Amino acid sequence: MELDPILLARIQFAFTVSFHIIFPSFTIGLAAFIATLLVRWQMTGRDHLYRLARFWTKIFAVSFAMGVVSGIVLSYQFGTNWSKFSDVTGNVIGPLIGYEVLTAFFLEASFLGVMLFGWDRVSTRLHVTAAILVAIGTSLSAFWILSANSWMHTPQGHEIKDGIAYPVDWMKIIFNPSFPYRFAHMFTAAYLTTSLVVAAVGARYLLTDKFHEEAKTMMRMGIGMVVLLAPLQLFIGDMHGLNTAEYQPVKVAAMEAHWDGTKPADLVLFAIPNEQEERNDFEIAIPNLASFIITHDTEGLFPGLKDFASEERPPVTPVFFAFRIMVGIGMILIGIGLIGALLWARGRLFESKWFIKPLSYSWSLGFIAILAGWWVTETGRQPWVVHGILKTADAISPVSAGAVLTSLILFVLVYTSVFSMGIYYINRLIEAGPKGAATDTKEGVASRPLSAAAEAAHEAIESKRSS
Amino acid sequence: MEDISYWLPLVWAGLLAAAVALYIVLDGFDLGLGILFPLAPAEERRDTMMNTVAPFWDGNETWLVLGGGGLFVAFPKAYAIIMPAIYIPLIVMLLALVFRGVAFEFRWVSKPKHAFWDLAFMGGSIVASFMQGVILGALLQGVNVKNGAFAGGTFDWLTPFALFCGVCVVIGYALLAATWLILKTEGDTAQWARSLATPLLMAMLLCLLVVSLWTPLSIPRIAERWFTMPNLLWLSPIPLLTTYAAYRCWHGLESITHRNDSDPFIWAVVLFMLAYIGLLISNVPFIIPPALTVWDVAGHPSAQIFSLVGAVIMLPVILGYTAFVYWTFRGKLKAGEGYH
Repeated sequence: MELDPILLARIQFAFTVSFHIIFPSFTIGLAAFIATLLVRWQMTGRDHLYRLARFWTKIFAVSFAMGVVSGIVLSYQFGTNWSKFSDVTGNVIGPLIGYEVLTAFFLEASFLGVMLFGWDRVSTRLHVTAAILVAIGTSLSAFWILSANSWMHTPQGHEIKDGIAYPVDWMKIIFNPSFPYRFAHMFTAAYLTTSLVVAAVGARYLLTDKFHEEAKTMMRMGIGMVVLLAPLQLFIGDMHGLNTAEYQPVKVAAMEAHWDGTKPADLVLFAIPNEQEERNDFEIAIPNLASFIITHDTEGLFPGLKDFASEERPPVTPVFFAFRIMVGIGMILIGIGLIGALLWARGRLFESKWFIKPLSYSWSLGFIAILAGWWVTETGRQPWVVHGILKTADAISPVSAGAVLTSLILFVLVYTSVFSMGIYYINRLIEAGPKGAATDTKEGVASRPLSAAAEAAHEAIESKRSS
Repeated sequence: MEDISYWLPLVWAGLLAAAVALYIVLDGFDLGLGILFPLAPAEERRDTMMNTVAPFWDGNETWLVLGGGGLFVAFPKAYAIIMPAIYIPLIVMLLALVFRGVAFEFRWVSKPKHAFWDLAFMGGSIVASFMQGVILGALLQGVNVKNGAFAGGTFDWLTPFALFCGVCVVIGYALLAATWLILKTEGDTAQWARSLATPLLMAMLLCLLVVSLWTPLSIPRIAERWFTMPNLLWLSPIPLLTTYAAYRCWHGLESITHRNDSDPFIWAVVLFMLAYIGLLISNVPFIIPPALTVWDVAGHPSAQIFSLVGAVIMLPVILGYTAFVYWTFRGKLKAGEGYH
């Protein structure tokens, strides 16, 4: 069997980047959540906020470590497997990544040290500042990397000479047409994902009757964010889709499994796209709804897959299904927000077991939606790696298929083992819960003399402050 | 324009060289702690060793990202050639860094069942350091380039010289770590580190000597750089200063009258920097010896200027808060005192 280095390199990048994105998706929101807890604690002096901040900081540390090590790999992978891509786009993409390192990576990595280990070493004010700076760092990182990624979808501000892209206008490059939408969409997704995890952990404690005060705060803050952000995300996602329809129409046609551009499009709820016959099998659809969503007119027309030569089309099936998974989860989140808000308004948020129980299992939904969304946009861009400039097949390094296969196997082995251990440890931390909480006297305080001393010190400071 | 395209690549090469230098020192003692781990079986000592770098390791490793990212930013062609050339050692290094990086957190949260993460930390540190040396050796001996692309084989990097460089880097990082522990710990652990540092210093000097002979003997252009007049005179301070730094390091370790806790680390760092400068001198202006100079592979001036503006503004800020973090966690770590 002949191994195809391009396919192997694609699988490798999809694997490593998918694994990586799980952690930033979580830590972007979590850094902001911890900073908010600390600020609220400073303002109100309520101890359980401090305990929550410490608790989530531990989980943050484990997640962040996994994000860092899987991210370092990526910064070298452009070269190892995709050196032709680096050669062609380096003058444009390189500086954007350079700015990410300079403005974001160092900021978050340096102040992470203060955030994790500074509890008893620096003033509270400085500690809160460090947490805020880490949150700013994670957001800046998202800004730059999404700018670079968006340029690959909707490149502008450059010129091509001898097949190499050269920068002409940096503002146009950074703020390329899909960037504002992609950034807003991903940023909201990250906050939404974290909010759901926080709410799910709160729900878990309520169910097991532990850490009541902390659990209620987590439920309120988590559900509150879902109430606001889930509908907002629908709106942003819609705008992002319109932008894609304008710049990458074939991607939208694949998302909707829309073949014939001469007729208004139905909204396909389910189908098995048949790429050979250029039609959908087993289709269940709502007439004209896709046309309404994309053109805001039930009779509106937008290009179908048949308008593009078959070698210009992305693989339809994965794009179509991943899109439905993402949107489906989005709808579930809106539902969780709505029900949560209703229960909250009626004062029953913490008692309704039928809501709390499924909520406690829902922590993974945001991650799945983010992965599905990225698979839509990245698979939907094929056969291009940089739209209209460089095809994926032409971006590969001069390395042997054997080398790519070997490294792929190593990545799969190492990532699955290391990161499943990480998730196991995070689960254990969640199981143990916030230290020093009222219902946690036996393991929390006694076995950790140092943290107990710290708690005592903080309580002393607290009582002094409030008097 | 002519001037700019002459100076910009030089400025960027200088910046990258500085970033790599910072990386070698900062992650050097950090990785070195993992190299010393097998020699420190007691859990308490291992806790202390890790605690001395726990607040810094992440920032230290970011310099590696700046090294890789910086190469991509300023010399995209070099990046596109070097990465495939060192494919296997680079991937193995990155995977090793995964193990030792997560070990910083996993080791604490898995306690008391942390034996595997001890292993991951030492194995990851040793392998990552060794591979960094192999990569250095592979680049020094030259990369096969044709028509601006890597044209060699998957195992071109695998030579006795590269493997020897791997061993040298492991020894060097272990020396940095031992002297770092003298600086940052007290009591038994500091005493133990001191007993390791002197043999490590000797081994490191032996490595320097062998590399200094091996490179000019096997690579004529390096012999020409060092051993022709007037270069021989101009460059003579390098070996002289190296000897002095080695003496000061030893002095801080062993002297009855002048031994102290900071000199060994400071002079070990100086020793490292001199060796590094020596390597730069051997290879300037090549970025991929012996085929391509910094000018051959420079990115577009617009890209280099745009990034340079960011670097000039941000690097002092980064250095400032890096120093601030080290200052915050300054002083000796008391036995049993943990940040966790």
